[in-house]
Amino acid sequence: MNHIDWFPRKLGIISLVLLVITWGGVLAQAPKDVLSADSLGAPAPAPPTNVRVIDKPNDAGHGLIIRWDLSADDTSGLKNVDRYEVLRSDAPDGEFISRGIVFRGVNEYEDVDDMKPTASSPNPNYMAEGSTWFYKVVALSNQQVYSEPSEIVVGTTRENLFHWGKLPILIAVIIFTAYLLNFIISAKKGKKLYIRPLAGIDAVDDAIGRATEMGKPILFILGLGTAADIATIAGFTILSRVAKKTAEYQTRVLVPVQDPVVLAVAQETVRTAYLEAGRPDQYNSDNIFYVTAMQFPYVAAVNSIMLREKPATNFYMGLFYAESLLLAETGNIAGSIQISGTDQIAQLPFFVAATDFTLIGEELYAASAYLSQEPVQLGTLKAQDYTKAIIMIIIILGAIAITGKWTFIRDIITIHL
Amino acid sequence: MHISANIMVWFGAFLTLSILSFLYKDNVFYKFAEHLFVGVSAAYWMVIGIWGTLFPNLIAKIYPGGVRFVLPSLADRPPEYYYIIPAILGILLLMRLSKKLGWISRWPLAFIVGTTAGFNLVRYLRSDFIGQVRNTLIPLIVIKDGSFNFIGSFSNTVIIVGVLCGLIYFFFSKEHKGAFGVASRIGIWILMITFGAGFGYTVMARISLLVGRMQFLMGDWLGIINR
Repeated sequence: MNHIDWFPRKLGIISLVLLVITWGGVLAQAPKDVLSADSLGAPAPAPPTNVRVIDKPNDAGHGLIIRWDLSADDTSGLKNVDRYEVLRSDAPDGEFISRGIVFRGVNEYEDVDDMKPTASSPNPNYMAEGSTWFYKVVALSNQQVYSEPSEIVVGTTRENLFHWGKLPILIAVIIFTAYLLNFIISAKKGKKLYIRPLAGIDAVDDAIGRATEMGKPILFILGLGTAADIATIAGFTILSRVAKKTAEYQTRVLVPVQDPVVLAVAQETVRTAYLEAGRPDQYNSDNIFYVTAMQFPYVAAVNSIMLREKPATNFYMGLFYAESLLLAETGNIAGSIQISGTDQIAQLPFFVAATDFTLIGEELYAASAYLSQEPVQLGTLKAQDYTKAIIMIIIILGAIAITGKWTFIRDIITIHL
Repeated sequence: MHISANIMVWFGAFLTLSILSFLYKDNVFYKFAEHLFVGVSAAYWMVIGIWGTLFPNLIAKIYPGGVRFVLPSLADRPPEYYYIIPAILGILLLMRLSKKLGWISRWPLAFIVGTTAGFNLVRYLRSDFIGQVRNTLIPLIVIKDGSFNFIGSFSNTVIIVGVLCGLIYFFFSKEHKGAFGVASRIGIWILMITFGAGFGYTVMARISLLVGRMQFLMGDWLGIINR
């Protein structure tokens, strides 16, 4: 190749690259307001108009909503608007910084920043409650040309006392609480509240009797939940009933636990049960013991208890995870009668397959009420049943309405977070 | 075949085989592995509790200067004295170690159970109650592209009937007899079919755990397979 031939072409390419870099630098550094049709040769879009700022509703006072009328060149006119950029400052004559971009056709932007600054992580953009901010909006064309900025508008964040989007939750709480109080009061007045028999619960007394006849202990496992989990709380009630029976029959009940607070509650439950049975002297706190907080070491320990102590009956009542089948299968190998109950949907199949009786989901809570016959628990169960009836009515009516293209029922129960 | 020369891999393989020996019967190797496993995990959680909870979430909040040598990043923060309340509740919980003052421990227990139940009420109402009811409001007859969609309609009908029958099964105030009993039985069938599908799905996940252990024994330890 002849050097003289290609040299001017190379020079031309280098010149073009330099020109592009130079223009790129100009584009990057020039103030947005300066970029216009004159400087780039492409027409600037018309600016958005009628910009207004409102407080973001249903929040803790850390957000504002900026709305505007679309640029005249958005859907009509030059149709060259590509996006809108929202700029914010803490003073009308201060420096405006970009807060966000929305695409053409969109006329709203939600400016939220609730990350409270700390000494280690400062946040100058934090929007405190009651803080005032100034906004302007610019349109940007598909040729990267900015419009003139809109007028500057001001808005102040406000903390909202009530979250209207959560109104369905409040209504549900009110309805449920009304039912609850009604049934609890009725039960306390001595009204007989019917609960259908549950197979798993009818087996509890038989299982305790079996352990007594065999002279073997009962193993009660409360699962891996905390003392505040509803399934664990239901487990405590069933433990109370079992412990009371074992105190009467003088059978040992072993309760290995994996949580210190559960240990405290379980010990208290068993101690009270022995007291109610009139045998406080028989209570041995060593039978309710902490093993470890880790899942599989806990399983390893409980499995070995099953094989070494050979309990006549194993109860699994509470919150279970992957250990459910490991425990239930080992209990099977040990030849124990097994009664399980959990509200963990993923673990129920294993209990159904590997234990003799299973309390499925809400049956666990019902069992707790059924056994205790306490007005509060019976009333709660009744309230739940009546709430279920309301749910069924809503589903039937809602499905029919949706089929007929009426969405009002679905809209009423929609939660806006 | 390339057997590992790493003593920790050998120890890991020994513990794995010791735990697996439980499949045969309870034995001394399993007992050793079990006791080691339980002991190490209990100690580990105690250390996590001290350094992951007690120091950063309590001592560093009340008296930041007290953690200067162990957690220096937290030492210069302003004290947050309201953390004294959970500290008091924690101390009250420990009162159960005393025979005379053990009854005091019931107060923090009641606080823990009560507050969590209160928080959970709203959370469950939102996600498990209203959210699920809303998602069940689907059309019984699905029209797609202007014509009747049989699969969509059948699928939606099964969902709605399944939910209603499932709810009837968990209705405890009425004996399950007659039409109510039939709906209840349909409900339990739907539950059992769901459980069957869940069982198969989870068993497959467990097999992947077994495969992982086998890969350790065959690959890392014995070098029979390449990992």
